[in-house]
Amino acid sequence: MKDMSEGYTTADGRKIGGTMMEMKNITLRFGGVVAIKDISFDIREGEIRAIIGPNGAGKSSMLNVISGFYIPSEGEVWFHGSKRPQMKPYQVAQQGIARTFQNIALFKGMSTLDNMMTGRMTRMKSSMAQQAMWWGKAQKEESEHREAVEKIIDFLEIQAIRKTPVGRLPYGLQKRVELGRALAAEPKLLLLDEPMAGMNVEEKEDMSRFILDVNDEFGTTIALIEHDMGVVMDLSDRVVVMDYGKKIGDGTPDEVRNNQDVIDAYLGVSHD
Amino acid sequence: MPDQLLFAIEVTLNGLMAGVMYALVALGFVLIFKASGIFNYAQGVMALFAALTLVGLQNGQVPFAHLINAIFGTDVHHFGWHLPAFVAIILTIGVMILLAIIVERYVLKHLVNQEPIILFMATIGLAYFMEGFGDMMWGSEIKKLDVGLPQGISESIDATTYNWFGYGFFIDRLDIVATVIAALLVISLTLFSQYSKQGRALRAVADDHQAALSVGISLRFIWVLVWSIAGFVALVAGIMWGAKSGVQFSLSLIALKALPVLMLGGFTSIPGAIVGGLIIGVGEKLFEFAIGPMIGGATENWFAYVLALLFLVFRPQGLFGEKIIERV
Ligand SMILES: Nc1ncnc2c1ncn2[C@@H]1O[C@H](COP(=O)(O)OP(=O)(O)O)[C@@H](O)[C@H]1O
Ligand SMILES: [Mg+2]
Repeated sequence: MKDMSEGYTTADGRKIGGTMMEMKNITLRFGGVVAIKDISFDIREGEIRAIIGPNGAGKSSMLNVISGFYIPSEGEVWFHGSKRPQMKPYQVAQQGIARTFQNIALFKGMSTLDNMMTGRMTRMKSSMAQQAMWWGKAQKEESEHREAVEKIIDFLEIQAIRKTPVGRLPYGLQKRVELGRALAAEPKLLLLDEPMAGMNVEEKEDMSRFILDVNDEFGTTIALIEHDMGVVMDLSDRVVVMDYGKKIGDGTPDEVRNNQDVIDAYLGVSHD
Repeated sequence: MPDQLLFAIEVTLNGLMAGVMYALVALGFVLIFKASGIFNYAQGVMALFAALTLVGLQNGQVPFAHLINAIFGTDVHHFGWHLPAFVAIILTIGVMILLAIIVERYVLKHLVNQEPIILFMATIGLAYFMEGFGDMMWGSEIKKLDVGLPQGISESIDATTYNWFGYGFFIDRLDIVATVIAALLVISLTLFSQYSKQGRALRAVADDHQAALSVGISLRFIWVLVWSIAGFVALVAGIMWGAKSGVQFSLSLIALKALPVLMLGGFTSIPGAIVGGLIIGVGEKLFEFAIGPMIGGATENWFAYVLALLFLVFRPQGLFGEKIIERV
């Protein structure tokens, strides 16, 4: 069964395609805790889809389900029109889904460049035996990957820290390198877990610009989690709102902003 | 030059070469510890098992001969062939890779996310299992290992140094070869980990599991890879040690010497394992040479451990480890 929902055109004239990913009735339990309760939503080709909600709402858990880090207790994940079997995170990555983490997961001992080269892991084809036997060919492949990574380094304006071990970088730059590593995979779907958390205003503006540019220039579909309503309204095409593991709203930023349940969740409760 | 000094230099050289051996075994520990946080107690036994397998394959021994004969009343011992050393080495590498796959499939896979102490215990079990299994497969008698490495004191070094200094250095040719091979091994491991896709994946896993998963690295594959490499390093160590003193149970005890090396070098540092091994090799020989006679000798048995103890007290992070500051 294929679900190819009609696309739509955004206010700024970008064409959004059919359904890329569909979450169907996802429930996730940890012992007694229900982190996600029967949630369904879709992500369409080319859009920027936001998931928002107060702390502990289950946003990260949802991203972890998409990226294979968590296995849902119930429900189905559909990708490109077919039901996805249970997958390990590395298999999901190989399908063209890259991600960042809420609490930055970088290779702290490696340089920016090496982190991003590692991000190209799924794009590196030659096997170990081939690399050992055709050293020249392997070197050629390596330099092609290097070129691709350098482009992203330029794009993210991080030339100055190419050789710096990322553990020594300030928080804001680490977030940027982590985005770079995800981009290095040239993903079809990019998952960002609170890419702007803990940043100052200037850094937030930079990050917003990068996210919009990635979507615009590379046509990458993006699902991002954000805590802050304001940022989300500027960036995203459609928004899912979660609260206590349940979906309480889904629609364009304007629709969501005027949804009474959403207003209650944001005004009534202050989880942080 | 005074004779005493020349003698000390000779002792140092011999110590360096013994140190290479310690470094090799320590390297096997470090590789596995870095990639999976497991202290692999079985590393020494892996060296023994690899050497036993190599000798068995080379001599065309029938595996499990005792068992087969006991069950079927037969009297099989040898296939009656003799394999060239390099063929036997390649086959043994295959066996060590198979071992890595089995360890991952039947032990590690079921213990993911367990406490380090549980994984450590599992490797203790593995060590005893492999020791018994090796015995059952190849028999427990002491075996001679001969893969064609040069043996004996190098006469040319003896003669040359005699001409230069009027004092001939006694250096074992096997030690020289072992040093060269160990150096080549370390260089190729470094190149592999710096420049190959899988090497980069290995470093990634050693650095951050979660991040490694997110870029598409399979942890199970990395574990097989790292245990295979550790098996290969164990084979090299087993060949060197076996060529020197025969293949016998005591070979697995070189692992005990790797422990003080690790305390010096740190558990996660490859350069640390190498420098630590060399320091202990040289240290114990020089100590025996300089202080040994005054306190009745046999200091080589305990020197390494006392040195390691001093390190534990004054520099617990090892030579190259970063200072550990508890986050509060
Ligand atoms: N690995 C886990 N084990 C147990 N509970 C978890 C785990 N991950 C998330 N949870 C629980 O699920 C709920 C949702 O958490 P999370 O998805 O991180 O929320 P959010 O990202 O919206 O802040 C919380 O109650 C949290 O404690
Ligand atoms: Mg979260």
